[in-house]
Amino acid sequence: RQRDQSPLKWGSKTQYLLTCVGFCVGLGNVWRFPYLCQSHGGGAFMIPFIILLVFEGVPLLYLEFAIGQRLRSGSVGVWSSIHPYMTGVGIASMTVSFFVGMYYNTILAWVMWYFLNSFQSPLPWSQCPLNDNLTDLVSECKRSSPVDYFWYRETLNTSTSIEESGGLQWWMVLCLAAAWSVLYLCCIRGIETTGKVVYITSTLPYVVLTIFLIRGLTLKGSVEGIKFLFTPDLNELLNPSTWLDAGAQVFYSFSLGVGGLISFSSYNPVHNNCEQDAIIIAIINGFTSIFAATVIYTIIGFRATKQFDDCLNEYVNILMLLNAFDLVEGTVTEINYDEMLQNLNSTISGSEVIQGLDLSTCNLRTFLSDGVEGTGLAFIVFTEAITKMPISPLWSVLFFVMLFCLGLSTMFGAIEGVVVAIQDFKIFPTWPKEVISGIVCLSSFLIALIFSLGSGNYWLALFDSYAGSIPLLIIAFCEMVGVAYVYGIERFNKDIEFMIGHKPNIFWQAMWRVISPLIVLVIFLIYFVNEVSSTLTYITWNPSSENFPVLEILPYPNWVYIIILLLAGLPSLAIPGFALYKVLQKCCCKKTIKKLELNTVSANVNMYDTK
Amino acid sequence: KYLFSINSALGDQAYVWNENEMFLFRATLAFAMRTYSDGQEYDVANVVVCDETPRVSFWFVVTSPLDASLLVDKRRVEEAVRKSRSRINSAFLLTDDTLEFIGIPPTLEAPVAPDTPPWLIAFGVVMGGVGAGIVVLLVSSVKRDGEEETGGKTENEAASDAIYNMSFSDDEPVTQM
Repeated sequence: RQRDQSPLKWGSKTQYLLTCVGFCVGLGNVWRFPYLCQSHGGGAFMIPFIILLVFEGVPLLYLEFAIGQRLRSGSVGVWSSIHPYMTGVGIASMTVSFFVGMYYNTILAWVMWYFLNSFQSPLPWSQCPLNDNLTDLVSECKRSSPVDYFWYRETLNTSTSIEESGGLQWWMVLCLAAAWSVLYLCCIRGIETTGKVVYITSTLPYVVLTIFLIRGLTLKGSVEGIKFLFTPDLNELLNPSTWLDAGAQVFYSFSLGVGGLISFSSYNPVHNNCEQDAIIIAIINGFTSIFAATVIYTIIGFRATKQFDDCLNEYVNILMLLNAFDLVEGTVTEINYDEMLQNLNSTISGSEVIQGLDLSTCNLRTFLSDGVEGTGLAFIVFTEAITKMPISPLWSVLFFVMLFCLGLSTMFGAIEGVVVAIQDFKIFPTWPKEVISGIVCLSSFLIALIFSLGSGNYWLALFDSYAGSIPLLIIAFCEMVGVAYVYGIERFNKDIEFMIGHKPNIFWQAMWRVISPLIVLVIFLIYFVNEVSSTLTYITWNPSSENFPVLEILPYPNWVYIIILLLAGLPSLAIPGFALYKVLQKCCCKKTIKKLELNTVSANVNMYDTK
Repeated sequence: KYLFSINSALGDQAYVWNENEMFLFRATLAFAMRTYSDGQEYDVANVVVCDETPRVSFWFVVTSPLDASLLVDKRRVEEAVRKSRSRINSAFLLTDDTLEFIGIPPTLEAPVAPDTPPWLIAFGVVMGGVGAGIVVLLVSSVKRDGEEETGGKTENEAASDAIYNMSFSDDEPVTQM
């Protein structure tokens, strides 16, 4: 099916490449990859990552580019062209795009909040607020840290479990409205507007990362961070979860299966070299992950070293010892601290007192491996590091603008996936794109208000874990099987030959037919079995829990399992569901069609008889 | 109880703790009691110090100027100390951290809170810009559609590039009888 509206095309090849780069490069490159790298053997993680990039990422990317460019339609149109029974894949892509877009833009709302709060000095997360009678710092803040408090209390105002909704947080609603408004402004006319915006949103992150790299390298301790990140531990290669995480990271990092890439490619001239594009985008995405990881870890190294030095300074420890034993100042210094501690500890009464003191121990490695992924990295660890840098508001503004751009360009693909699917289905045939985009943004915003509740971040974690993960793997598997076996790999090869002048070589054949689907299937099975066999839990912030400020792990209540089934199941079941619907439709309509044909023929016969 | 940490605070410029410094302390405390308590004329003699250690920590009590055997209530002393904390600190060139008074939390300075939170101002700027942009784009869209309708026909043809119609034909073959 072709589109009836005026054919959209890219203003220039650069716009197309920048849009694809922006779509693929997102928050995951900045806050998921560095953590995986560091926790799975540092430099050694590059090996499974690059291998799976080549065997899983690039073939899938090439496939999506090729079918989009050939069939010149969004995901729904493409799959109904390949086979009407496979339209379900397009519907699944659209549903996943919608769910993922909802929660992903909420993260951008959080980024927006931090960005708006960066225009003051000192930064609001650099110190604890005072309590009501001004005698001390707020207890929740004092027991954890100013950055934790600002994130969990002043930003999220989080409740203690997913069951307590906590009511809408008005400042979050405002930020959410701002985030969706900015998105609507950029997507208002589809690639006409996004094609211009990507010149900024796709390039600015690289500029900011470079600035941070230069700034980071001049800070003390940055090299420690880089060493920690890249020190290879080849034993990790024997651990299957390393390979699983690498495969999942490559897969999700390319934003495959949401339909955005197919749609973007459909606006290309039909003889565009999509093979080259796929390789270029894959290389840029991989490079960005490694580059971002390096930058992040220079800053983390700086922060860890600062914490370590403060800890080593032992000013507080020395003071505590002096006070506890009523010693003259100067008897315990940094130099003889260890000695004196041992001496005092050797007497029974002394060791009792010392135990009661709760002296802190210092270990650089613990500071370096401090929970550094996801929102924790951006909103807790990195923000803390920024407060220790001179001219903090500047770095804060730069950092959050970068995060916003990274996320916004990914959102373009998500919105494109939904809007184009709606247009393909001709649900509102006469309505202009501006109105459809508006409806999509408005309805997503209204449903996403759930994320601005007190329990919002628990809902978001739920969506993050289940709305994107399983359905996307299923969609990708169906895509490859659909193209290789339903459409026919020979037909596909001929299409590509028509487009770029030569048939894809044996490498691509092997990947599409066997290797890549197998990899995706394995990842899916392991992931699925893991999730189904364990009780699902989530982490919560509870100031009245025993281990505060350590996050509490709670099991999900039973009704959440239904929501998980809906999130993961609806898109996945759309694939067989729609096929079934088509089958039923065919069976029911067969009789009526036959009758019409008979009438026509007999009418013709009568006509000839009367002549 | 009072804890002095002079060396930690002043380092090289630390003064030596001696009888005169103790006298100064008792005098400042008497000042605090005079000014912030009931207004009676407390004297240095009313501040009694005991259990002094080389750490420089000691206990003290305040007796009433009227009757030397009567001790002033702890809470009133605490209140007086709390109110004049900054004066006492500066008399000894120390801070709340280095001149610790066990049992009296320091009254911390309330930070200056602006009337409108700064983030709200930034939010207004951002939303203003975005809103203006949306309005401009929508208006120009409406104008453009208006021109197209009154102008020539709408572009309805397929792209100039060769399009191979790949629609899978699902129609029943017509000649089935």
